[in-house]
Amino acid sequence: MVDDKASPGISVRNLYKIFGKNPEQYIDLVKQGMTKTELNDKHGHVLGLKDINIDMPAGGIQVVMGLSGSGKSTLIRHINRLIDPTAGEVLVGDVDVCQMNPAQLQEFRRHETAMVFQKFALLPHRTVMDNTVYGLEVQGVSRSEQLERAQRWIDRVGLTGFESNYPNQLSGGMQQRVGLARALTNDAPILLMDEAFSALDPLIRMDMQSVLLGLQKEIKKTVVFITHDLDEALRLGDKIAILRDGEVVQQGTGQHIVLNPADEYISSFVREVNRGRVVLVQTIMDTSVGLENREGPAIKIGTTLEKAAKIMTDGNSSMAHVTDAQGKMLGSLDIQAVISSMVTPISHDDPVAAE
Amino acid sequence: MEWLYNFPSMDIESLRALKKGIDGGFRGFTREYGVYIENAFEPLKQFLIWSERFMLDTPWPLIILLIAVITWVASRNKRIVIGTVITLLLIGYFDMWEDTMQTISMIFVCTVLSIVVGIPIGIAMSRSDRLQSVVNPILDVMQTMPSFVYLIPVVMLLGIGKVPGLIAVVIYAIPPIIRLTNLGIRLVDKDVLEAADAFGSSSWQRLKNVQMPLALPTMMAGINQTIMMALAMVVVASMIGVRGLGQPVLQAINNQYFSLGLFNGLAIVGIAIIFDRTSQAYGKRLQKYQEVVHG
Repeated sequence: MVDDKASPGISVRNLYKIFGKNPEQYIDLVKQGMTKTELNDKHGHVLGLKDINIDMPAGGIQVVMGLSGSGKSTLIRHINRLIDPTAGEVLVGDVDVCQMNPAQLQEFRRHETAMVFQKFALLPHRTVMDNTVYGLEVQGVSRSEQLERAQRWIDRVGLTGFESNYPNQLSGGMQQRVGLARALTNDAPILLMDEAFSALDPLIRMDMQSVLLGLQKEIKKTVVFITHDLDEALRLGDKIAILRDGEVVQQGTGQHIVLNPADEYISSFVREVNRGRVVLVQTIMDTSVGLENREGPAIKIGTTLEKAAKIMTDGNSSMAHVTDAQGKMLGSLDIQAVISSMVTPISHDDPVAAE
Repeated sequence: MEWLYNFPSMDIESLRALKKGIDGGFRGFTREYGVYIENAFEPLKQFLIWSERFMLDTPWPLIILLIAVITWVASRNKRIVIGTVITLLLIGYFDMWEDTMQTISMIFVCTVLSIVVGIPIGIAMSRSDRLQSVVNPILDVMQTMPSFVYLIPVVMLLGIGKVPGLIAVVIYAIPPIIRLTNLGIRLVDKDVLEAADAFGSSSWQRLKNVQMPLALPTMMAGINQTIMMALAMVVVASMIGVRGLGQPVLQAINNQYFSLGLFNGLAIVGIAIIFDRTSQAYGKRLQKYQEVVHG
């Protein structure tokens, strides 16, 4: 089993999932390259996931993005094996989840993972408190410890005073906070979030994202976050994998995907993105100037263009220089370059408008 | 062409032999095992006797108080409690107290037995489609077979008295609780079950923490139906020696005493309404968490 303190990384290797009566029968055909449509038309089986390989960073947020039907919810359910794979492995640390027997799996789910669901999936007959302690109760932790640990997270997600309310009495945003508190109370090193914020309205969603990012700074869990929203993916993800029809189309950092979309499909997503919040200063800085040429305000590496533009305009300066954490200068920025990189380049524009 | 107008049936000789064979076989079985079966039902008989004695030996004001308290605890509704007390007072005033107590005791034991036997069967059914496809037709037979028919073998085995009456009532009244337990568990939201699994619940924890509590309102509807059907069987059961309100009704039918039949019939209706309103109000209280306060 994995050490409780450090969150393990997760490696998904050659993962296939076929839905239907005899999935094993068709796995070889799929490996030889049969497509989803062919499999469905000829054999009546549905190809859920095809040859998925993702390395999810330990202690970081891995976002899996895709539209509905892309297989993203199927993928996340393989990590705690709510769905059994047809072929492949899911390594958590160095343990293959797919090889666990039922008893090991139960232990793994109790202590190593916690999950947040799109439709909250709270127990309607239990109060907020009794929902939050559920994971600990299943583990057999004493009631007083359950209450103490749960109270901490209820307070942390801002539900103090609602402990004895039933889920039905809360708004969607508050219900999802309960879902989050329930998962965090488990204190498992892996946090699985299946479209956790998708059912919430935009303001509350932003708010919950901030809650998650704030928490993640302290708790450093390995988070797997599923979403269909690219803005959300870019805001949260240390790494992003984009899924389409059960296959990974592209993976990498948010900036990498925005700047180098692998195909038409991804460009069409990326076109609408606010690049100023994704692209970082070091990507566009000019390193050809002399490194002693410290003009304008200093901007730290890792700053987004939007923030850099704000610093520069606030300081009423058209130039700035980029420094590393120690304050050493790395390159220079001018406001023109910042703004032009924030605007969607013509190649990504609507094809009709571009003509 | 005669066979077109007269159904070509089995010839009378073989049919008679077949029936004789079945009857003989069953009679043999009765003679062989009747004693053991009767002994097996001995605890039930004791339970029945104890419960009846309790209802009859306790002074009537205490019984009314006890029933009023139970009704209040279950329903938290003053109107139901007041209605209950008035009904019981009227029953006593019209000199049907003893019969009514015997009937209530019988219904109580039948309901307890139906719950104890029915809920585990319902749970097992909800977990296996194969078991469900076997049990469902049996329940259909139990509900549609005229009750007089299965009274015959029961009486042959156990004679006339309380226990055979109890068995006949339970056979008739148990299907709703089995069916609705099964249904209630199958209707539990899949998302919630998935969440229970994701946190590593064992199969027992799943049943205890999620499936049973969420199925409980449906199961209560089943218990309510079971009680109603048990009451409906009281008159039929009186034919095989179950004492209570059924016997005066039977007597009234045989002798055409209209008022005797009417009074006892109304007493049965009265306790049926008490049981029904109380158990329904309790079922509704179990669903309190579903009330939406947040707009």
